[in-house]
Amino acid sequence: MSTTNLQTAPTALPVYAKKDFESGVDPRWCPGCGDYSIINQVQKTLPAVGVKRENIVFVSGIGCSSRFPYYMNNYGMHTLHGRAPAFASGLKVSRPELQVWVMTGDGDALAIGGNHFIHVMRRNLDVKLVMFNNRIYGLTKGQVSPTSELHKKTKSTPQGSPDYPFNPPLLALGAGATFVARTIDVEGAHMGAMLKAAAGHKGSAFIEVYQNCPVFNDGAYTSLTDKAVRADRIIRMEEGKPLVFGKDGKKGLRFDARTMDLEIVTIGENGVTEQDLLVHDSTREDPTISFMLAGMAARPGFPTPIGVFRNVRKPTCEEMTWEMIEDTKKKRGGDLQKLLSGGDSWTIK
Amino acid sequence: MSTQATARKTEVQQVDTVTIRFVGDSGDGMQLTGTEFTKASALAGNDLATFPDYPAEIRAPAGSLFGVSGYQLNFGSKKILTPGDAPDVLVAMNPAALKMNLPDLKAGGMLIVNSDAFTALNLEKAGYKSNPLEDPTVAENFRVHLVDMTKLTEAALEGSGLSSKEVGRCRNYFALGILYWMYSRPVEQQLQAIAKKFAKKPEFVEPNQKVFKAGYAYGETAEIFERYVVPPSKLRPGTYRNVTGNFATALGFATVARLTGRTVFLGSYPITPATEILHEMANMKEHGVVTYQAEDEIAGIGSAIGAAFGGALACTSTSGPGLALKTEMMGLAVITELPLVIVDVQRGGPSTGMPTKTEQADLLQAIFGRHGESPLPVLAAQSPADCFWSAMEAMRIAVKWMTPVILLTDGYLGNGSEPFRIPDVEELPKFEVKYQTGKNYANGTEFMPYLRDEKLVRPWAIPGTPGLEHRVGGLEKDSLTGMVSYDGLNHEKMVKTRAQKIRNVVEDVPDLEVFGASTGDLLLVSWGGTFGSVRAAAEVLQAQGKKVSHVHLRWINPLPKNLGAILKGFGKVLVPEVNDGQMAFYLRGKFPGVDPLQFNRINGKPIKIRDLVGKVLEVL
Ligand code: SF4
Repeated sequence: MSTTNLQTAPTALPVYAKKDFESGVDPRWCPGCGDYSIINQVQKTLPAVGVKRENIVFVSGIGCSSRFPYYMNNYGMHTLHGRAPAFASGLKVSRPELQVWVMTGDGDALAIGGNHFIHVMRRNLDVKLVMFNNRIYGLTKGQVSPTSELHKKTKSTPQGSPDYPFNPPLLALGAGATFVARTIDVEGAHMGAMLKAAAGHKGSAFIEVYQNCPVFNDGAYTSLTDKAVRADRIIRMEEGKPLVFGKDGKKGLRFDARTMDLEIVTIGENGVTEQDLLVHDSTREDPTISFMLAGMAARPGFPTPIGVFRNVRKPTCEEMTWEMIEDTKKKRGGDLQKLLSGGDSWTIK
Repeated sequence: MSTQATARKTEVQQVDTVTIRFVGDSGDGMQLTGTEFTKASALAGNDLATFPDYPAEIRAPAGSLFGVSGYQLNFGSKKILTPGDAPDVLVAMNPAALKMNLPDLKAGGMLIVNSDAFTALNLEKAGYKSNPLEDPTVAENFRVHLVDMTKLTEAALEGSGLSSKEVGRCRNYFALGILYWMYSRPVEQQLQAIAKKFAKKPEFVEPNQKVFKAGYAYGETAEIFERYVVPPSKLRPGTYRNVTGNFATALGFATVARLTGRTVFLGSYPITPATEILHEMANMKEHGVVTYQAEDEIAGIGSAIGAAFGGALACTSTSGPGLALKTEMMGLAVITELPLVIVDVQRGGPSTGMPTKTEQADLLQAIFGRHGESPLPVLAAQSPADCFWSAMEAMRIAVKWMTPVILLTDGYLGNGSEPFRIPDVEELPKFEVKYQTGKNYANGTEFMPYLRDEKLVRPWAIPGTPGLEHRVGGLEKDSLTGMVSYDGLNHEKMVKTRAQKIRNVVEDVPDLEVFGASTGDLLLVSWGGTFGSVRAAAEVLQAQGKKVSHVHLRWINPLPKNLGAILKGFGKVLVPEVNDGQMAFYLRGKFPGVDPLQFNRINGKPIKIRDLVGKVLEVL
């Protein structure tokens, strides 16, 4: 069965430029919003991912982030609050050849859409979900979100929030995502690399983008991103390289077998050498180390990791679905008349 | 309903219709016994209708009143419209089943009882103070046959090596054997059916066959049963099979896939009594059907809308509570104008209500139950086999008019069954689905996703089509460009255009045919699953010379063009429904001046013909 009546003679992939992915509608985010940096990186990255423009679909829910598809010159669906993964799933299962992106926010993906979020990750559908995490509700003008810090004061929590926040990469890993990464709006090149890696991954991909909302939660990430502290507060996970951080790159992560935990060490102190450090490997089948790394963001004294936590290839939901369809066709043929007639029929003359 | 020819008891009597009800514990296998006997009746060429009635609990405590499971079958040599009001024959496997069902048995009807099950403990569980089988009024009112089915089954299986529990599971075949003898059904056919059923557990083939044969022999030798023959019916020539409404719905969608050559996508979440549609379609993969069991009701319809955006012929199946959860999504499907079929197999509500019992109380939810101005076509199937045609029709309308469509069925139609005349695939009407392939504006230089044709339908352009990249979504769109628009006048125009488009669907709604004279004293107006009962009541009343006619609505929105004129021809209009008067309310709004009388039953069961006849005679 086909889903298109198009003459699909394979045509060469056009050479795209950034502007080929701009819809011509001017984004209406507030000046200085981190979302501008994200759309800029997406439009810069797509020409290099090797997929035709008409085969890329952006799906979104509700919130500032979710206006995203309107600004992209691709097929797009701006759907309901929290429900984008559900649409994306149906689209991907029925049209596996499309590249499907979900653009979402922390409230959209983790509050009203929490159920769909964990299930799209669990199924390992080849859907790329980019979550703009500004730790606040922007479009409804400033309420706590599921990623807002404990005790945060907002319009809906004037005395401070009594709710503990989610750690989104931990949640995605727990749900079984096969690609999990984190990046920051002010790190354009890093974000571009994460987007490209997600585009190349086959399976559920989750990218958390730390995104500043200058209107309702300004400076949410300055304690990490300030030039003066950035090197000490952020650790960059780079494939195959020891996990080091700090201005001079001398601090690193070591796995302590006695405590079964990560510890921060300094190269050159107490006999520590680079050989002692954990070497980053996102392709481990077992996600335990990825969990430890993702958990660091909430641990006092530990740097916050950015980069790819996990990148594992497993059969995807849509691959297995279509394999079953093809197998069944081979085994049973698919004669509709036979199906209609069934086994127990009788004839009246 | 049976008309028995006068013949001596020892001879085979000819009857034209019989209603049998099998009742027992959930674990007694009554659904199986019922369906097996139904198959035998179908193969004998009888017309029939069935109605299973089972508890919501999967394994209710043995012997309890709420664990009673039943299966009613009406078969005959004439046209069968309903599963029958009251049974002529009641087969009761334990005291609880007897207690729940004896009041329904026709006076003079036959009662076959597994007397072994009437132990002190079982009587107590059923709340009987004394053994009803010893009650002289029972013997006076009914033809009672007490059969020691448990002991006879055990005797048949002596030395088989089966555990006593396994022996107990064969007991229903004893009852089936008796009925096979009573209604002159071929034994060999059932022996083969048993071999087929237990093909994967061959050690149970012989024991079940033995018990079945023992039951048959018991009927023959005990000489206490009358023997009947029900001649074949005069159905329209053709090849038939028995289908439930849920299976027929699934078949209808699979047929759409074949006729169009497109993928049919079902996104669904399990819910009683709609789940079988998902089960059946999941097993039709080789026919172009893709099924997706979503994480919840919302994702069920959400995935379907996503698939529809991608060009699939999308549907979702649910029941009342699920329909409520899907309402926001239906609004999105209305505003994005994407084709989609939402099947609602109605059950007793509100809330969890009575999941396994039938009702027609989602009517107003289907017509109006969305936020904003969001009309959509609503179609209601009228019988189990009609679910096949309705599923195809609903999808055809959805695609032709680029709109979500609600298809209403109900628990009675979904689980009930009747013969289905198998169509020849090659003779089914063509069903072509075309997507937009080129730009449609400014001499083919631009694409406008909301540029409509003369019927007000917008183009369906799907991902993968170069040059037609566009965005759809829940925000109101400019009536031409499809860009987000907050302009009030544009919104008003879009609201009115969407509404007019749905009104235009009336061109595909066939005119109603009046059953009976086109004028008279009273018009019965029914919709959905009550068709059979109401038509049968109309037949009874017309045979009595009453000036009563009947129209049946399959299309609820838009209503057939000629309904208004038909209503004017009658002094009174009566709307029988399995709800508290929703269609009557709707008709009052649609046809000011018409004030239908109501006949409402909300007891989880189909309307009884005699009750409706009584009501009509009362108001005439
Ligand atoms: S409210 Fe915040 S997140 Fe939303 S557009 Fe404005 S700055 Fe960006």
